Amino acid sequence: MDVTETMLPGVGLRFDFTLESGRRVGIVAHRTGRFEVAVYSREDPDATTASLALTEQEADVIAEILGAARIAERFADLTKEIPGLLSGQVEVTATSPFAGRTLGDSRCRTLTGASIVAVVHAEEITASPAPGHPLRAGDVLVVIGTDEGIRAVRALFSG
Amino acid sequence: MPVEAVRAAGAPGSASSTLLIEFGLVLLALGLLGMIARRFGVSVVPLYLVAGLAFGAGGVAPLPGSAAFISGAAELGIVLLMLTVGLEFTGKEFTATLRRQGPAGLVDLVLNAGPGFVAGWLLGAGWLGACALAGVTWVSSSGIAVQVLSDLGRIANRETPAVLSILVLEDIAMAVYLPVIAVLLGGGEWWQAALAAAAAVGAVLAVAWSSARYQDRLTRAVVSDDDEQVMLRVLGITLLVAGLTQVLEASAAVGAFLVGLALTGRAAERARAVLTPLRNLFAAIFFLSFGLSTDPADLLPVLPVAAALGGVTVVTKMVTGWYAAAREGASPRGRLRAGGTLVARGEFSILVAGLATTAGLVELGAVATGYVIVLAVVGPLVARFAVDLGRPLLRPSAVAG
Repeated sequence: MDVTETMLPGVGLRFDFTLESGRRVGIVAHRTGRFEVAVYSREDPDATTASLALTEQEADVIAEILGAARIAERFADLTKEIPGLLSGQVEVTATSPFAGRTLGDSRCRTLTGASIVAVVHAEEITASPAPGHPLRAGDVLVVIGTDEGIRAVRALFSG
Repeated sequence: MPVEAVRAAGAPGSASSTLLIEFGLVLLALGLLGMIARRFGVSVVPLYLVAGLAFGAGGVAPLPGSAAFISGAAELGIVLLMLTVGLEFTGKEFTATLRRQGPAGLVDLVLNAGPGFVAGWLLGAGWLGACALAGVTWVSSSGIAVQVLSDLGRIANRETPAVLSILVLEDIAMAVYLPVIAVLLGGGEWWQAALAAAAAVGAVLAVAWSSARYQDRLTRAVVSDDDEQVMLRVLGITLLVAGLTQVLEASAAVGAFLVGLALTGRAAERARAVLTPLRNLFAAIFFLSFGLSTDPADLLPVLPVAAALGGVTVVTKMVTGWYAAAREGASPRGRLRAGGTLVARGEFSILVAGLATTAGLVELGAVATGYVIVLAVVGPLVARFAVDLGRPLLRPSAVAG
């Protein structure tokens, strides 16, 4: 999908793209932090038929929803393509030895062979976290590996 | 509040109580107009202008107690208006716009300043008056246009970058035009005007350069966690610079605009957030005050001329918008909308009209005043119904659906 970026002097930026269904969508990022999502008219391709005005916060929530779904979806595709590869979720409990430490401290990959590809903290997702990434109680780790590997990660983090 | 101040404000029958009552009523009236405008989806600026005409000099209620205060507030209004116009731009945006839509800016100048110049000449106002009226007819109102775009849900439209580009180029051009015309109308010689032009170009370049180079320092100088601090610092700097440019016989508006241009990034963001409510209040008073100081009786005789000039420049602005939007690849309907949005004239034209009147070109000032009021009222309507108005121009295939 090609996204075209256009400068709107004094207002902000506009991103527009065409969906597979043929509808054109434009997203205006206002300099004030507001967003506007508009759908272009079929009859008059320059004009919009509907638009949503989003506050900064609302835009964040929508981005989280779309982003989270897409990450999960991509893992599903990946694990389907390679036999034996699975994805799973492991929670960092309050009693976990690594709550309050960094991801690198767990030496997870070395010990289990499975990879932690994302850390979900509250509503914030960090994709491919660095070894220095802090882990807190309640975080959820998205793990990719064999069935055995994922079980080992779970054991490692529950201490 | 100190006790003395409370006493002064509350002293029965004093001039200040008349001021408070009148000003309070004025604000309520403006609020009511804003509500009406919102209800009917029209821009509120023309309503302020017409309300100003109805009150004040030659109107139904002359507002004797608050006239002086309102004219002072109006001065603050134009300064704040220009500051926020400047805050919207960055040097980078301007250069990119110039590269992309430079030719459209030139077409805009020739097509729209031209009729004003010719009309000024025909009115016998001499080359000076002609140059002033050219400025009045040239520049669209960024305030009204951006408002119209957002009210009509057209920000995301394909033709909108063309409209915004024209507005940017005009606003920057004004930073050079205003000081020149101010010096000339103030009785300056050609060489002084040339000096003013050079100074203005130099100032714009210097501001663009220094704001990029000293951005950190500038930001530190204005940004604070405390909103009040930001407001006081930015307002203080702006008024100081505006006052100094006024002393130099350039318009105070130019100084305020340059300050806005100098502030970028986080500083601009904070300044905008803190000053927008103040800007809204004082800008409303600026538009109102323009109407207040105009006697409707003076306008009647010049109205035919103003309306005719308005008619011509509605068409020339439509052509400008058509051309600029075509460069962005917009369809005929988008091009009509772009032209329509640019029709409204406003703050800059009012400034130039005011300068002309102050300089003793009274008849020209009256024509310019009538012209601005006509186009401020007609402009948003043309913007809204541009496609319907231009329907005969469209090929049947483009209109279908």
